[in-house]
Amino acid sequence: MKKPLLEFTDKGIYCSAAKVYLDPWKPVDKAIISHGHADHSRWGHSQYITHHRNVPIISHRLGDINVTGKEWGERFTINNVIFSLHPAGHIIASSQIRVEHKGEVWVFTGDYKTENDGISEPYEVVKCDTFITECTFGLPAFKWTPQKEVFEDINKWWAENRSEKKTSVLFGYSLGKAQRLLKYLDTDIGKIYTHGAIENMTEVLRPLVDFPETTLITRDTKKEELLGNVVLAPPSAHGSPWIRKMVPYVTASASGWMTFRGARRRRAIDKGFVLSDHCDWDGLLESIRATGAEKIICTHGYSDIFSKYLREQGYDARTEQTQYGEEEDAGLQETTTA
Amino acid sequence: MKHFAQLIKTLDSTNKTNVKVQALAEYFKIASDTDKVWTIAILSHRRPPRPVNTTLLRAWASELANIPLWLFEESYHIVGDLAETIALVIPVDPSSTDKSLTQFLEEMIALKKKPDDEKKVYLYENWEVLDYYERFVFTKLITGSFRIGVSQKLMTRALAKATEIDEDILAYKLMGNWNPDKITFQELILEDNESDYLSKPYPFYLAYAIENEVNDLGDVEDWSAEHKWDGIRSQVILRNDEIFVWSRGEELVTDKYPEFHEFIGVIPNGTVIDGEILPFPKGQIGTFNDLQKRIGRKTVSKNLLAKVPVILKAYDLLEWKGKDIRDKAFIERREILENLFREIRNLDGPIIDKSNNLVEVKKEALESTNSEQLKAFTSEKKVAVKGASNEKLVSNAVKIPFYLSETIHFSSWEEAAKERERSREVHSEGLMLKRKDSPYLVGRKKGDWWKWKVDPLTIDAVLTYAMRGHGRRSNLFTDYTFALWDEKEDGEKELVTFAKAYSGLTDAEFRKVDNWIKKNTLERFGPVRSVTPHHVFEIGFEGIALSSRHKSGVATRFPRILRWRKDKKIEEANALSDLKDLIPSKLTE
Repeated sequence: MKKPLLEFTDKGIYCSAAKVYLDPWKPVDKAIISHGHADHSRWGHSQYITHHRNVPIISHRLGDINVTGKEWGERFTINNVIFSLHPAGHIIASSQIRVEHKGEVWVFTGDYKTENDGISEPYEVVKCDTFITECTFGLPAFKWTPQKEVFEDINKWWAENRSEKKTSVLFGYSLGKAQRLLKYLDTDIGKIYTHGAIENMTEVLRPLVDFPETTLITRDTKKEELLGNVVLAPPSAHGSPWIRKMVPYVTASASGWMTFRGARRRRAIDKGFVLSDHCDWDGLLESIRATGAEKIICTHGYSDIFSKYLREQGYDARTEQTQYGEEEDAGLQETTTA
Repeated sequence: MKHFAQLIKTLDSTNKTNVKVQALAEYFKIASDTDKVWTIAILSHRRPPRPVNTTLLRAWASELANIPLWLFEESYHIVGDLAETIALVIPVDPSSTDKSLTQFLEEMIALKKKPDDEKKVYLYENWEVLDYYERFVFTKLITGSFRIGVSQKLMTRALAKATEIDEDILAYKLMGNWNPDKITFQELILEDNESDYLSKPYPFYLAYAIENEVNDLGDVEDWSAEHKWDGIRSQVILRNDEIFVWSRGEELVTDKYPEFHEFIGVIPNGTVIDGEILPFPKGQIGTFNDLQKRIGRKTVSKNLLAKVPVILKAYDLLEWKGKDIRDKAFIERREILENLFREIRNLDGPIIDKSNNLVEVKKEALESTNSEQLKAFTSEKKVAVKGASNEKLVSNAVKIPFYLSETIHFSSWEEAAKERERSREVHSEGLMLKRKDSPYLVGRKKGDWWKWKVDPLTIDAVLTYAMRGHGRRSNLFTDYTFALWDEKEDGEKELVTFAKAYSGLTDAEFRKVDNWIKKNTLERFGPVRSVTPHHVFEIGFEGIALSSRHKSGVATRFPRILRWRKDKKIEEANALSDLKDLIPSKLTE
């Protein structure tokens, strides 16, 4: 029997014809990387291939690596297999990976979202035969409101806190969500302060995107100067000694998981904004339809439920185990991706 | 409705009591009187009866959302709340409605009697015009109570703030049976009305668990001690030749315990007793497991009544001769209660007198704390019954299931500690310590009353199955099943499930275990996963009894996780026989 173009192995998604792995989770020789989140771009590969705008991101995270940057849609061939990267809209420089061999086309989404957030290159529909899709939010309970409305709510919340002379602490993971929040915070309300993890990553991205000014919180930052302003922090800062400096403060988290009332309460966060860098239910279904693919492979997320639904809709759909979104599954979702 | 939905949203979005009280108080100041009454009713669990059953709700919601029912069910399992799931899956519609909370509730009451197709139309119309949060609140009103961290106490405090009426007086007004559809705010809150006085219980006084060393409570002589019986805390009211039995959850349970009807005419009118309903099979106090058979049954069969009769073990007297005596000192109230008890027993005095030595036995039993003696007392009575001349009269008198929770005198805390150690033998949960001069307060208060429970029983068990939690834990596997070793006939050892537990670990520990479960799943059975036996946990529980309903043959009460025994391998977990050894020997006979 003919080997499938992409196989799911214990090291990652493998193209045996090209001897290349896509987003492998164990060290390999040659890896094509969809985006900079830790569960997709891991340490230890001999050679990395990714979009050139992702190069500074993964270099910042992984240090001195052997990495090659590609343009959107640039076709590169390895052992007669044609690869190309296409915008996934998940975070800045996030790609879908297209793989073509002998007229057969597979697309691996990595993580993706269909709404144009204004800072990530917008998601592009790529026609294919087999579509390997994430389904982090693959349940009909997930339906996003347009980000414009969410940011209005966020800015209103900030302004209210300011009028009560409280500091607004807004949690979002340091690569992606934090910059998306930063981009749309209304600087007429007040100043934007950052946690070190977010400040560092934002510095890396400033050459790529025009962001408002931020001030890093240091040991010398006075408690009084924070009052009424907003602080962007990674979720891991919640409950840490670092946050005590913000007193009196109000906390909020921006994540797709905030759809569930229980998720916010569980983390003892005052306010939840539903804002995700993944597709919602309709987004997943529409993308799948648009690719024209007949075979669908569901990776991380509610994959069993989602693929069962797809089968009922007439797709040849199945689930494959990967190690993506591991942190999400573990309930630490916001620390990496959501 | 917009206003009410906003209130619920505010209450739901803060953990701070003061913010909640403030939001409620502001709502009470501006809401219409009828909306206020309904809000009080809803927050004190007095919803109108459910107009549509949940099976139909699920079917209709999935139809309107255009998803298969199984997918709706899967989503429900993950979301953890039916109303929330429905609110999430229904498509967004830009229209809106200005109907008031009262209007919605009146419609829901009327809806109950309508045919299914009309119910469906009603739900579709309203689901579509409400926004997400209103739809959630609307569906919640249909399905069940709001778990938004608003206790009746908190609501009462807010109401007191808004109306400037004393909180304890309000608590009393809100007790008991009142119909939000009939009563006005004026009648419920503002007026002094005697009409529903008849069935009205007093707010229960509840104790906290003792915080420090018992010696810190001071002189043992200042305290009255008694066993903390493991049944249903309740208030029994006798007024106007009627009896009302209230459970601590403020549920009127009179009909569930027909035994107590015999109190009428024996215990005088104008009496309110605080006590514990206890199972009394074979003439002695049973386990909570026995009582389980009676709880939840609306009608009690003769058979069950004979098999698991109940008694009231009286703790306290709140009303006497129609007067509220809660302000009197505990020992004064107890004295009246004990006199009442003696008087009642004297009703059957002449009969008992006919036997030779029962008067003395009775006296001993009165002062006794020992269930063995109590048993002796009751069995002696049976002897007396046999020998009595007027059998009917005798059996009537004996049947009155009214007992005292005996107070115990200790001359030192060490002595008290010893008695506490015996709690399990007598089927109590430990001791209650009450300051002798304490009044009967409202709600859970510290200082005058303390629970001094026995330490839980513990056993080391292996994690075998896991299920996603509900509500705030819906993304984590936090509901666990535990197993113990059992030796089969061929000498093979196998793990046998014995208890489920879903509390006791920190959030961080739950996340770790959850992460491990996801990587070590053996099989999936719907929402349940079996996992590789690997982790050992120390499980604590309050009580234990033999049970034919459990695979292990043992039922545990209040099982919860005490510790993650990372130091133990599964081979070191306990055996089922170890668990059985914990059962007090009396019960295994």
